[in-house]
Amino acid sequence: MVAYAAVNRGLVLIALACALIACGTSADPAGQTLAGIQQRGEITWGADIQGGEPFVYEDPQNPSQLIGFEVDIMNGIARRLGVKARMVQYTWSNLVPSLERGDFDVVMNGLESTAERRERILLSDPYYVYAETLTVRAGEPYRSLFDLTGRSVGTLNQTVAHDILLAIPTIEPKVYEGNEEPYRDLELGRTDGVLLDNIIADRYGCINKALRCLPYDVARGVYVIGIRKGDADLKKAIDGALAEMRKDGELQKILEKHKLWDHRQTEQQTGGGITRPARSFDGEMLWQFLQAAWVTLKISLLAFLLAVPLGMLLAVGRVYGATPLRVAARIYIEVFRGTPVLLQLFVLYYGLSDVIQLGPMEAAILGLGLNYAAYEAEVYRGALLAIPRGQSEAARALGMGPWQTLRHIMIPQALRLALPPMTNDFVSLLKDSSLVSVITVIELTKRMTIAAVDMRGWLIPGIACAAMYLLLSFPLSELARRLERRLARDQRPHTL
Amino acid sequence: MISVRTLSKRHGDRQVLKDVSADVAKGETIAIVGPSGGGKSTLLRCLNYLETFDEGTVEIAGFKLRPNMTSRADIATIREMRVRVGMVFQQFNLFPHLSAIDNITLAPRIVKQEAPGKSLERGLELLAKVGLRDRAGAFPHELSGGQQQRVAIARALAQQPDVMLFDEPTSALDPEMRDDVMEVMKDLAAGGMTMLVVTHEMQFAHDIASRVWVIDQGTIAEDGPPSQVVDNPRTAVAREFFSRIRK
Ligand SMILES: Nc1ncnc2c1ncn2[C@@H]1O[C@H](COP(=O)(O)OP(=O)(O)O)[C@@H](O)[C@H]1O
Ligand SMILES: [Mg+2]
Repeated sequence: MVAYAAVNRGLVLIALACALIACGTSADPAGQTLAGIQQRGEITWGADIQGGEPFVYEDPQNPSQLIGFEVDIMNGIARRLGVKARMVQYTWSNLVPSLERGDFDVVMNGLESTAERRERILLSDPYYVYAETLTVRAGEPYRSLFDLTGRSVGTLNQTVAHDILLAIPTIEPKVYEGNEEPYRDLELGRTDGVLLDNIIADRYGCINKALRCLPYDVARGVYVIGIRKGDADLKKAIDGALAEMRKDGELQKILEKHKLWDHRQTEQQTGGGITRPARSFDGEMLWQFLQAAWVTLKISLLAFLLAVPLGMLLAVGRVYGATPLRVAARIYIEVFRGTPVLLQLFVLYYGLSDVIQLGPMEAAILGLGLNYAAYEAEVYRGALLAIPRGQSEAARALGMGPWQTLRHIMIPQALRLALPPMTNDFVSLLKDSSLVSVITVIELTKRMTIAAVDMRGWLIPGIACAAMYLLLSFPLSELARRLERRLARDQRPHTL
Repeated sequence: MISVRTLSKRHGDRQVLKDVSADVAKGETIAIVGPSGGGKSTLLRCLNYLETFDEGTVEIAGFKLRPNMTSRADIATIREMRVRVGMVFQQFNLFPHLSAIDNITLAPRIVKQEAPGKSLERGLELLAKVGLRDRAGAFPHELSGGQQQRVAIARALAQQPDVMLFDEPTSALDPEMRDDVMEVMKDLAAGGMTMLVVTHEMQFAHDIASRVWVIDQGTIAEDGPPSQVVDNPRTAVAREFFSRIRK
């Protein structure tokens, strides 16, 4: 009876979980999205408010309210379809895959019309014509993209600007996820140019006195609404609504309201962007993966090399130090362990850039090292406390001082005890190192996401990425196992 | 060599040592006996300042110890004193990450800054003296309890001390291993080492010790040659203790 009740409760939980998951998606059967929208009386659109002003963002006066020119345009479309529009928050780089999965009806968030997107999903007629704008530091002589040969130029991931940069092999593209950071790094001299849509450049780059936007358009492109393959009738309905809005002046009014209306909107358009064929997992891709794996390994090893001695110092300070030292060590450990590494990396790379300017690799190694030191400190503290009291007594009775006792008796024994958890932490660090992609380092996981876009699929890059992580972590844990066996000869497992 | 004057120590409100005074001359071997909890270990550990005390003074190997030795100079004095006073523990306390010879040579090398060659040579001599010359490279876990304790004695001797303190050196050992350790201590005593040995080995107290102290409730209840203290104890506590031990 009891068992039956438990099973029953389990089933209810599973049913509940299924219901919750089902709620998250509004997937209509393929090709039925328009019918679904009309039935529900609502069109859901995916976007990322991190893209900020003027696309979709929280109203500063009333943060629960979303505003932006895309909100206004989508509301206009919805009105013409006789439904309401609701925005669904997604990470920008996941918008298209999530659309394909059926998480929402359409994508509208600065989505550029590119050949590869046209291959993958349906795209509406354009609602905005943008220009790729090159921004450089004021006072520097660059006049075109080609003057930046051999320099690094920032842009956003998965954009036409990124494709343009990739098409010029002598330029080293640096890929960001947010609108502000590329211009910040340009100002700090971490890059020599930023290539992005004029909308972003106008708001984040050209207004900065230290920067200068070149007056001509590097290229032009259009923003479109992304629609699932098979929903041709939905595309027709949206195109129809957009055409009406263009004709009756609503589109112009919306764009003027957001200070986005310019001469480009009425000019004849040329084809959008640069076409890059899908890549396959060839020798060059393998080489890129190997390079990324090397970056991951280098960051992890150096960060750990910093974390171990620092962690030991913190542990010794916490166990044996005088009160101020003990408190300081405790605060360090709590702060670094109690806040996300991601936040620490951001603060180190962007937040402190006025005080100290670190390269991305340095910031990555320092950030992960400082963070892991807090974890290692607790491992070593536990190990120090686990050493029998007789050990330090014997050392003192022989006339050894505190430092000699620590160095020759306590620390070697603590390290032996700490070896298994240390191995664990290193493997964990190896994987956490993927977080440093937020400060523009291209390591293994970042390479995988880039490759997934280039190859139009996640499976092969995902398997390659997983295999390389295993190839990195397995020899290390094997090495640690041997070291453990050699060092801890007397630590046989108990026979149970 | 040692003189203890009005030594007192409390643990909280528990008086562990009460006004203890005693003298030990160079070359003497003192067997310290008495019921468990009487304060034997505490007295021994006060002599090399592993335990602090509240009142009184200790003079040992030419160093003067008093309560509250915390200044920089005091701490240096304590360390110098410990080089001249060796200690052997009930649980051996060998360093498990070091081989037998490294256990022995570590302190001479880092505390007395002896040349490695010299400390190695003497370390091997000491191992030979305790009958373990062929186990120099062995790690503590590869040695029997009796062998470990003999290495621990060699480790203490490597600092060339004037006094050796032993706290129940054979209590953690199987009977058949005790003799080897006892043999080493007998040789040491015969060689003129000043020794204080907390022990339950009545044979050692009787045959080897020059004097026997019976410690009970924080005081030295009886102090005299074994023929007197062991064979004809005056106090009730000593009589009761010896009769229980003999059973
Ligand atoms: N750290 C301590 N805290 C409180 N009491 C202690 C401590 N160490 C020893 N004692 C007490 O001091 C007394 C003497 O202990 P000890 O010197 O170890 O006795 P012995 O060696 O004769 O068995 C015992 O009653 C013991 O309980
Ligand atoms: Mg004792």
